[in-house]
Amino acid sequence: MPTEVKEPDLGEEVIADRPWVVIVWNDPVNLMSYVTFVFQKLFGYSREKATKLMLDVHHKGKAVVSSGPREKAELDVFRLHEHGLWATMQHDE
Amino acid sequence: MGALRKRPVRRTRSGEYELRLSQDERALLRDLAPRMREVFADDSDPVLERLFPVAYPEDETRQTEYRLLAQSELLESHLAAIATLEETVDAERLDEEKLLAWMRALNEVRLVLGVRLEVSEEGDERPSSSDDPRAAAFAIYDYLTWLQGEIIDALAG
Repeated sequence: MPTEVKEPDLGEEVIADRPWVVIVWNDPVNLMSYVTFVFQKLFGYSREKATKLMLDVHHKGKAVVSSGPREKAELDVFRLHEHGLWATMQHDE
Repeated sequence: MGALRKRPVRRTRSGEYELRLSQDERALLRDLAPRMREVFADDSDPVLERLFPVAYPEDETRQTEYRLLAQSELLESHLAAIATLEETVDAERLDEEKLLAWMRALNEVRLVLGVRLEVSEEGDERPSSSDDPRAAAFAIYDYLTWLQGEIIDALAG
């Protein structure tokens, strides 16, 4: 499971407090209604919030849809991949 | 199409979902499962890059680690959705969990077809002639797009 990743990198501790962000990128196949539905279902967002994030993805090309510790972000990315969304994660800038 | 026929997916009072699909539609959906298993079985198929996206584009080490941990589970999850579609393709009613699997399975097929057909945001790539070999694939893509939208409407409604 992605949640059980052990972190062997000692250097990580220095920046451990910086949260990770999960980014969903625009793609030409996923339906707007589908993306909105997936955000609501996976993250428990209201329809309003999910729609706003979907529109950001659609118009700006990407949106940060969740954030947190690495394990949580990785699980979120995995669940988005399960649903066919194009998701990546990176340290918050 | 939507104006000419009843909604194909309808939530019932019991909380299940009624499917009103023709035999032709069910036959088309039944055919998808073996074809998708072939796609997943061919490691060299570039379409798999879309079905197994990179999680860490800027960190090769972590990406390798993620792939090792997540890839097989993701494959299992994709195949399970396809299997549910196949097993319940003749059902008159589905519970929510199964309809969610249909939704994911149809999306997987649309992703594959979308990559193959080079679908873009503009949506102007439809072949003008039905003799075009891509015409049949576009027809399936458009049908699945419509059906997936109907499923989402039923689930979200």
